[in-house]
Amino acid sequence: MNGSEFSWSEFFAMGGYAFFVWTSYGLTFAVIALNIIMPVMHRKKVINRVKRAIRREQLQQ
Amino acid sequence: MWAWIQKFSSPKYFYDMSAKLIPWFAIPALVIGVYGLYLGFFVAPTDYQQGESYRIIFIHVPAAWMSLFIYMVMAISAGIGLIWQIRLADVIAASSAPIGASFTFVALVTGSLWGKPMWGTYWVWDARLTSELILLFLYFGYMALQASIEDQRMADKASGLLAIVGVVNIPIIHYSVEWWNTLHQGATVTKLDKPSIHIDMLIPLLLMALAFKLFYATMVLVRARNEALYRDRNRRWVRELVEKL
Repeated sequence: MNGSEFSWSEFFAMGGYAFFVWTSYGLTFAVIALNIIMPVMHRKKVINRVKRAIRREQLQQ
Repeated sequence: MWAWIQKFSSPKYFYDMSAKLIPWFAIPALVIGVYGLYLGFFVAPTDYQQGESYRIIFIHVPAAWMSLFIYMVMAISAGIGLIWQIRLADVIAASSAPIGASFTFVALVTGSLWGKPMWGTYWVWDARLTSELILLFLYFGYMALQASIEDQRMADKASGLLAIVGVVNIPIIHYSVEWWNTLHQGATVTKLDKPSIHIDMLIPLLLMALAFKLFYATMVLVRARNEALYRDRNRRWVRELVEKL
């Protein structure tokens, strides 16, 4: 990217390696996103599970 | 001293403290990551041999470093859990495994996508690639043992033992490019003499490594908080906390 003028199409072409570069980055972002979403969902699951256990015990009393 | 460790490693204390710590890791991770990517794509020059394809380095190498670093954190935590019965250490080990596996997966796949244009193949069964694949299976093995053994203490013991035995693989991965003939290039940064990499490439590489490390710190705390809640689900502090939510 040392050309005299910057062009986005040239940038996205990655000197002919677009597929390899952008697949690498896209996949990495997907893995990072999953690593953020999964624990957030897991937290809700754990809290709901404890809530249900508390309710069950209250019913049994 | 022992009482002090007991207090600070109690899951409840950890749960309260970690909430305050998380933003101090998460925000720098994002800022440094974005800046690292900017430098990596817009400032770092084109490689004279590999063209633009080398830009995969800015995620491939930090991910590979993280795969080793997280494994060591996991194994050491599991060891502390085994020897001193500190429950928080087992929580940290169990929370590290899926993040470590993720980075190992990223290192393998980005390596493969870099290998195709440079070596002409997505995969070879050489020492570096094979030992990194074994690392992924060690993470999977740890996670499978955690998930399949009902009794938590037994699960921690069995998976912890696997993690510790698996440490032998770490120096093998690191030195594989020196010990065996391999397609994989040698170390570019972690050499005793000057790193064989242009400074404008080195800075984004190190920034991305720092961002990944901060991301791990963030996510291991988030996951460990879940794990602490789950493991203490029948204890009073969790019951009281959940009722307030």
